[in-house]
Amino acid sequence: MSIISFSEATLQAMIEEMERDSTVFVMGEDIARQGGIFGQFKGLPDRFPGRVLDTPISETAIIGSALGAALTGLRPVADMHFADFISVAYDELVNQIAKNRYMFGGQADIPLVVRAPDGIVPGAAAQHSQSVEGWLMNIPGLILVSPSSPATAKGLLKSAIRSNNPVIFFEHKLLYPQKGEVPDKEYLTPLGKAEVRRAGKDVTIATYSIMVQKALEAAQTLSREGIEVEIIDLLTIKPFDLETIVTSVRKTHRCIVAHEGVVHGGAGAEIAAQIQQEAFFHLDAPILRVGTKNVPIPFSPPLLEYVAPKVADIEKAVKQVLYREEN
Amino acid sequence: MGVRIKEFPNAFLELTSQGKKELLRTMIRIRSFETRVEELFLAKRIPGFVHLYIGEEAIAAGIMANLRKNDWITSTHRGHGHALAKGAQMTRMMAELYGKRSGYCKGKGGSMHIADFSVGMLGANGVVGGGFTIAVGAGMTAWMKKTDQVAICFFGDGASNRGTFHEALNMAAIWKLPVLFINENNLYASTTPASYGVAVSRISDRAAGYGIDGYTVDGNNVVEVYNVSHTLIDRLRSGKGPILLECRTYRVKGHYVGDPEKYRTREEVKNQAEENDPIKRYTSYLLEHSFIQPEEIDLLWKEAKEEVEAAVRYAEEDPYPEPDEAIQDLFSSDQEVLV
Repeated sequence: MSIISFSEATLQAMIEEMERDSTVFVMGEDIARQGGIFGQFKGLPDRFPGRVLDTPISETAIIGSALGAALTGLRPVADMHFADFISVAYDELVNQIAKNRYMFGGQADIPLVVRAPDGIVPGAAAQHSQSVEGWLMNIPGLILVSPSSPATAKGLLKSAIRSNNPVIFFEHKLLYPQKGEVPDKEYLTPLGKAEVRRAGKDVTIATYSIMVQKALEAAQTLSREGIEVEIIDLLTIKPFDLETIVTSVRKTHRCIVAHEGVVHGGAGAEIAAQIQQEAFFHLDAPILRVGTKNVPIPFSPPLLEYVAPKVADIEKAVKQVLYREEN
Repeated sequence: MGVRIKEFPNAFLELTSQGKKELLRTMIRIRSFETRVEELFLAKRIPGFVHLYIGEEAIAAGIMANLRKNDWITSTHRGHGHALAKGAQMTRMMAELYGKRSGYCKGKGGSMHIADFSVGMLGANGVVGGGFTIAVGAGMTAWMKKTDQVAICFFGDGASNRGTFHEALNMAAIWKLPVLFINENNLYASTTPASYGVAVSRISDRAAGYGIDGYTVDGNNVVEVYNVSHTLIDRLRSGKGPILLECRTYRVKGHYVGDPEKYRTREEVKNQAEENDPIKRYTSYLLEHSFIQPEEIDLLWKEAKEEVEAAVRYAEEDPYPEPDEAIQDLFSSDQEVLV
């Protein structure tokens, strides 16, 4: 095991996969000269000349050309700078990439990865803070993943690059500097499989990305009060690992879903709906969701504090499904 | 058309008589296919809606005669002609128009989504302007793998107003990608005249905004299209970067079959169909120069008709897909388990 940052973990994944397969390349804004605005590409251009491309500010062309390159024999990794800018390339993602394989009868594989740094950074405000997986949950043909730690970032990015399907890799910006243990030997984190981060008998928390940490923090406080939560780190948001969640819910009979995206119409809505469909008679309480309030992310610290999901929100929701606190 | 056409060598004259005939064959095959498709649509044999390439055949024929099988094209909603000229099979395309199982997309695409990746036809596109960036990506593959393949992006006058046009041309230009952007200016974006919706009188003038060359040719003159694209495609292969070629043409049929066409006069259409038909023009030219005999022309029409009828029989007899095939083909098999 080595202790490295989330950012370094993604860099290791890039290096290993680019060494392994000469058709892998990466393009995006400010990634070659600058090394990525979060330093996540530092040193990569020297190691792989001609395969780390600075692009103009042209998200539409970045994502669209990634599709063209994927269809003709390359394995592009396209960096979106900020996940928020996916909207600029929405047609390319939704009408071209997601539909290409199906619409043409399965003629071509689409081995491409879109890296999308997402999540709330204090002060970044409405257009640089979103978690946008909800925008894409409703689109058949895309795989959405979101690691929670250096180890899962590395393993998932490697799997995403090797996948022959389009994968959107949501990486929370506040996770980049965080350090954690990463295995020294090569490994892959499978797409579509959740991991149980903490075992507990009272309430299941299905969550992903940075909210896994918040759930773990909440778990400590709750434990002191005699409540043991089970935390499931989804890792893949779509298609998510329903089986692992339901197995847990059959044991705990209570569940909350926590993510940083807006609650209304967010990924948690689909996750909760499928859990209740699969495990209704095991549930002793309605499934509650924790996430951002139904407004854009505001700038000023007290406003942000009010809107963003916090550790205390998770604790409260857990107590609510245990009927220890009023709704 | 004002193109400085004389700077382009007359490569056409170097074509064998077979090569000259092939241009005509391609145009006649497209025309015969499209004419029959219109009938079949009106007879309700083909569902959905279809956009016909009638009157624009010289562009697909002239360009594609300069391509290799491993070159790539991106096409449009009016894409049957591009597919045929690039080497797609008429039978499988017709079957797709019918929504049948052995169609190119197994019935999942229809007229607007014909693709044949095995011959470098990267797909028609239901989104106007959707092909620009895909063609740029194909150009990137040639660039990064250091091959001399080229990517051809067909698009209409309407698509030249999309933001994708701007991003794609700029990106192709900065990296000098081997992409030929072929504007098929058929004077109408759906129902909106190009004279109203396009701020410049020549779409090729927009090339200046990207520091690349732009040309306008008579898109209904297959010899001119062939000659100009012959030189331009050679330039692409030698790594000189992207080029914009505007081919002026005319959409003889409506935007779609059934279009009431209230935006233009019948007289305008009649004049164009009679005076500016690319097949008539090329046929006269060939006969005038004794490059072909009248009976050879008759034979080409007869063969095309037979080929189309065989494709119709194939499509009629082909079964529909099983309903539950609707949930297949979304993901590559390595993830099929996750659907």
